[in-house]
Amino acid sequence: MSFLDSYIYYIGAFGLILVGLYIILVKRNLIKVIVGLGILDTGVNLFLISVGYITKGTAPIFSRPGIDPEQMVDPIPQALVLTAIVIGVAVLALALSLAIRLYQHYGTLNLRKIREQKW
Amino acid sequence: MRRIIAILLLIILAVGISLSLAKIPFGTPKTKVGKYYIEEGIEETGATNIVTSVVVNYRGFDTLGEVTVLFIAAIGLGAVLSTVRKKTAREIEPASLVLSTGCRVLFPLILTFGTYIFIHGHLTPGGGFQGGAIIASGFLLIYLGCRERRISRTASNLVESLGGLTFVIIGLLGLVFSGYFLLNFLPKGTANALFSAGVIPVIYIAIGFKVGSELASIIDNLIEES
Repeated sequence: MSFLDSYIYYIGAFGLILVGLYIILVKRNLIKVIVGLGILDTGVNLFLISVGYITKGTAPIFSRPGIDPEQMVDPIPQALVLTAIVIGVAVLALALSLAIRLYQHYGTLNLRKIREQKW
Repeated sequence: MRRIIAILLLIILAVGISLSLAKIPFGTPKTKVGKYYIEEGIEETGATNIVTSVVVNYRGFDTLGEVTVLFIAAIGLGAVLSTVRKKTAREIEPASLVLSTGCRVLFPLILTFGTYIFIHGHLTPGGGFQGGAIIASGFLLIYLGCRERRISRTASNLVESLGGLTFVIIGLLGLVFSGYFLLNFLPKGTANALFSAGVIPVIYIAIGFKVGSELASIIDNLIEES
């Protein structure tokens, strides 16, 4: 039980990353590949946040007096993830626009049928 | 065959990751840098939200780079989609009365909430990126609810450029007044007051406008296309 308690966030984060990688490697529909990219993104963000977590920690904000600075979680991963989320949204939008162009050019989203995208 | 190769690769990756992760303890304080920011952050920057002081003050240059990444992604999306031939104007079925009235009532409230989030970014949870995302969600509501309305491209480009320009100009002013790019040259004031923390609220307001207009123009581009 203590093993699960201490590692559940890491397991969840890397579960998401592995699921995302599997989708990117295996799926043939471009939209599904982009969804996999989004899941991978979420996993990386969750991992960064959980690295900075402190047991029973609070947010690093001195919103009222009497908050123990020792109990605050690490602010640096939070600051990194904060910008990473917004950039992730923009990158997903860019990927979707490329998918739109591919569909208009080839008439299909199946990566098997697009010769230049095959592997 | 592809599937088997992918699963094998992922298993190798998972074993390697779990071996290295077992050495990272969970839930214990790790970095000295984070500790330093928490202990000295209020005196050095004046912001009670330490995450904000890290984003805008300690790592301000990094944030400038990330805002640029967002800008380039939005530009790239516009460039990729603009080469598509323009379709003839389709007939848009107007939304029902309930939907369009609800959008009109909710839209100013969402804008106000987003503005609140990025103006109070140095005091409470939130900041420019989150406030900008909330404002863009308000525009998304308008696009889905009142379908005949469109944002003005010129206005959104103008707001976006002004936001980015404000960020860079404040950085250059720091260089002029104090000798370092993005240095906090305004008075820091008392902690927990709205007018405190020097340049942090100004930069976050600029980021809020920039992110909001960028995400709104992304929504605009994608909806035009569908």
